[in-house]
Amino acid sequence: MTPEEISELLRREFGDAIEDTVLEGSHPYVVVAAGKWFEVARFLRDDPGLKFNLLNSISSIDLLAEKKLACIYDMCSLVARDVTQLVGWTHSFTVRVVVDRDDPKIPSVASLWATADWHEREAYDLMGIVFENHPDLRRILCPEDWVGHPLRKDYKYPVEYHGIPATTEHGLNSPRH
Amino acid sequence: MSWLENKFEEGLIMTTVDWALNWARQGSIWPVTFGIACCAIEMMATGASRFDLDRFGAGAFRPSPRQADLMIVAGTVTYKMASRVKRLFNQMPEPKFVMAMGACTIGGGPYFKYGYHVVKGVDLVVPVDVYVPGCPPRPESLIEGLMRVQDLLAHQTRTKEKGNGKRLPVIA
Repeated sequence: MTPEEISELLRREFGDAIEDTVLEGSHPYVVVAAGKWFEVARFLRDDPGLKFNLLNSISSIDLLAEKKLACIYDMCSLVARDVTQLVGWTHSFTVRVVVDRDDPKIPSVASLWATADWHEREAYDLMGIVFENHPDLRRILCPEDWVGHPLRKDYKYPVEYHGIPATTEHGLNSPRH
Repeated sequence: MSWLENKFEEGLIMTTVDWALNWARQGSIWPVTFGIACCAIEMMATGASRFDLDRFGAGAFRPSPRQADLMIVAGTVTYKMASRVKRLFNQMPEPKFVMAMGACTIGGGPYFKYGYHVVKGVDLVVPVDVYVPGCPPRPESLIEGLMRVQDLLAHQTRTKEKGNGKRLPVIA
């Protein structure tokens, strides 16, 4: 199915939960409200016409100007084949979920797609988005006692970590070994 | 040989024994396998057949730090890894040497400005004896670093060292 057809189908099914549709560019996407994202995700995975059974990746964006954080879910289908297409037998789609910066909470889709498990842990670690009902939400790249979320645009770099200096001034002024 | 310390002046009697022991140590520097990132590939290339490290006696990479003399820190050290580097360094018996291989271990390398999780130089974690610059250093550079470690070994004595015994680091 083409992205327009997919977004039309979602709009008919979920109405208000689909907040926006952007079809230009290389990744046509719809914007889904965070509250209904789990139902929309389950529909995307299980509907016989769509059958998006592979979640390729979850990327997170820091929209500092609008004071929002967004998660982008790229998915594709390994089973639904469109035989009218000469190339690109399977279809792919993108969904964007936008939340406020002060209280970023998105329902976790780790129970639907296994890919989401670690990708959501990475989004939590580096951007601070909290995924509700995630089986094991903890930091995956930074150490457990790291402060802050490094890929946010207003992140302050650490001055030192466990006695190891992280800035030149601190390094020159602190004792070695 | 600590009972010999403070007994003789330096260079007075123990020279031949010193020379023999140092010669033996130079010809059998056993590194610990400490490849962290891309520099590890160059370290493996240096240990392979074209730039053989075994002809220097340094081909026996020991998996355990307790059996090794030299720790070649090859690759970017992160804050998560830094505590492990310190722990493995503490597990090595004396005489031990540390070689900082590559730009990341010398001063943070290409991650100096924006690397929030990169230790800006492994000498903030362990005392380094030889710095080998490069990104990554060619095997010939790494071999020169090893030869500088051999030179550091050539000056070791069993009696009390001159000065306060601190070794100054060398840049290969």
